[in-house]
Amino acid sequence: MLELADVTKLYNQGRPNEVAAVRGVTLDIEAGKVTVLTGPSGSGKTTLLTLIGCLARPTTGRVRLNGEILSGLPEKFLADVRRRTFGFAFQRFNLIAGLSALDNVMLPAYPLGPPHRRLTARAMEMLANLGVDHRAATAVENLSGGEMQRVAIARALVNDPAIVIADEPTANLDGALVGQFLDIVATLKARGKTVLMTSHDGRISGAPVVDRVVAVADGRIAEAAA
Amino acid sequence: MTAPAPFRASTPVFRIAGGLVAAAIAALVHVAIAPGEAARLEGERALVEALDLTDLALFTEARYGRHRSQADLHSAFQDGPMLAEHFPAGSMVPPARGFPPAGFADGEGE
Amino acid sequence: MGAWATRQRYLIDFAALSLWRHGARSLGLWLIYVLVVFVVASVILYGAAIRREANAVLDAAPDVVAQAMRMGRHEMSTGADIEKLRGLRGADRLEGRLWGYLYDTSAAANFTLQVPSGFDPRFRLERGEAIIGEGVARLRKVEAGKMLFLISPARRFLKLKVKQVLPLGSALVSSDLVLVGEADFRAFFDLPAGQYTDIAMRVRNPAEVGKIAEKSLLALPGHRMVTRADMRRTYEAIFSWREGVLVALLSGALLAFAILAFDKAAGLSAGERREIGILKAIGWDTGDVIGMKLWEGAVVSVGAFLAGTVAAYAHVFLFSAPLIEPVIKGWSTLFPRVTLTPTVDALQVATLGFFTVVPYLAAILVPIWRTASADPDRVMR
Repeated sequence: MLELADVTKLYNQGRPNEVAAVRGVTLDIEAGKVTVLTGPSGSGKTTLLTLIGCLARPTTGRVRLNGEILSGLPEKFLADVRRRTFGFAFQRFNLIAGLSALDNVMLPAYPLGPPHRRLTARAMEMLANLGVDHRAATAVENLSGGEMQRVAIARALVNDPAIVIADEPTANLDGALVGQFLDIVATLKARGKTVLMTSHDGRISGAPVVDRVVAVADGRIAEAAA
Repeated sequence: MTAPAPFRASTPVFRIAGGLVAAAIAALVHVAIAPGEAARLEGERALVEALDLTDLALFTEARYGRHRSQADLHSAFQDGPMLAEHFPAGSMVPPARGFPPAGFADGEGE
Repeated sequence: MGAWATRQRYLIDFAALSLWRHGARSLGLWLIYVLVVFVVASVILYGAAIRREANAVLDAAPDVVAQAMRMGRHEMSTGADIEKLRGLRGADRLEGRLWGYLYDTSAAANFTLQVPSGFDPRFRLERGEAIIGEGVARLRKVEAGKMLFLISPARRFLKLKVKQVLPLGSALVSSDLVLVGEADFRAFFDLPAGQYTDIAMRVRNPAEVGKIAEKSLLALPGHRMVTRADMRRTYEAIFSWREGVLVALLSGALLAFAILAFDKAAGLSAGERREIGILKAIGWDTGDVIGMKLWEGAVVSVGAFLAGTVAAYAHVFLFSAPLIEPVIKGWSTLFPRVTLTPTVDALQVATLGFFTVVPYLAAILVPIWRTASADPDRVMR
């Protein structure tokens, strides 16, 4: 469903400190599968994730979603695609401090303007599914790491996106929580979501729920394992 | 069954805004009705007419102060021949408290 | 609610939460904002009200006052001068005024002694009777029925029975008045019969005031003519001057606040930039972010404008402007307890509103625009 065709991303283009983070990547992400990008830090896997998730536009090459070219769309359409198609869970969670868990989960739906009562109910349901509804009114900076991650995932799911993107989801979690996270991924997969993650954690790339592992090195696809 | 509506942060904002707008409207209504003002102003005007008054009693401390519009323009110590004294009851420098010496003006000193 | 309104309400929700999160900081800035608006609005409202009052009151003043001049200084007019004006067509009510100043040492204030004109029987006074203004009664602690003693610079004594105290509502024009009969006045100031302080004249047709002032000047070449327009101009100048002083005193504070507000509104901290990145990454578009920030700015600035203006209104018209009175009043010892008719100059208030709200929103808009239209991928790094 998601295709990258010969995609390149340069940072600081034209300046002496120009960096090619992604060089000529062609990649196909299948719908309903769990894909993991692995590789050492600095290999370009996070940049790849931002290109797939429409958080940035490629310098050259094309990104297609269900056959439609996204890379050339104006910002306004891109934002619309982003909120309807993708749910993001970031490495550092990127929750907005000072707001409650519930408010954080509701945020992605604000621009869509659903009735407030319905949105509140849906956000509570998301929190309940992940077992953190008892923390709904707590300011996010007072949550534990595991709770923060679940709130971040609840936020990623509130608009019911087809594709869930998670950047280094286990980087800030200890052992027991990794298993719980993989359970959540399995649930998502069972509900037909496409899941895309980056990780250099062997416990993730080796997990049975993962369908495909793509190794990234130096901005290129190094190998595609099963 | 309807659960109580969840709290919205904009609700207190609307309440405060509503309160401020209501206060502003109250002020405008106060202007419009201005209790007793028309009668007071009419009385004031009648007094001005009856006594042939020409000036406001705002600054009474200097000869030119009380009847500013009647002050003579060419006397000594004016800033300029065509300038009315512009700052009666100057705010910056206090009057000399020691002058005249106590009792001087009412004839009990010396 | 339409989709647009629903969406805006969500943006206001977030803006309100933002303000709430930075509680003390937002509140502190807002209160300073309110204070600045309050002071400026107080000056504006007070200025407009006292101008209006002065204009309304001076409407009833004599059309022309003829003042004798001798060697460039104010002189007494005589009965003969009045007779010379009597022949002028159109000059209606003509009268020699008797008024003079008395520095009252016990009150340390200048009183105005005046003989009421004979046209109004309510102000007819016998020997030894007086009608006094509110300020005189206040400073000398006398009331109707009590005695008032005055001493002239030439040490003549005047013992007066207070017949009436003029109403507080007319203090703006009458606060310092001591109205006495003509015989008392002349005896007290040692003024010979047939001399007057100046001559007040009323003109039947307002369009002819200029012409009649001209003719009066021809009839009395030694006099100068003060028309009602001159009186108005005098007060216009004095109020403008005082307002100018206030604004000059305030301008430093205003500038300091402007810098503070612009810095707060415009300078996006790393944290704020990151937050905008997060919002964009989770699906807000540039317009949503800008809309939210504008709502935040609007809540702060419109709120400050309304709160400051309403507080200023109460300050000026309900409490007689105690905070700006010292600047207006200077070292006046006999400053009248002025009651001002509530009045709001819509244009001035609208101007204040414009300069309260628009620059603040503009200061928010520019840096937000740049940050909000960038790609949100930096939140991943």
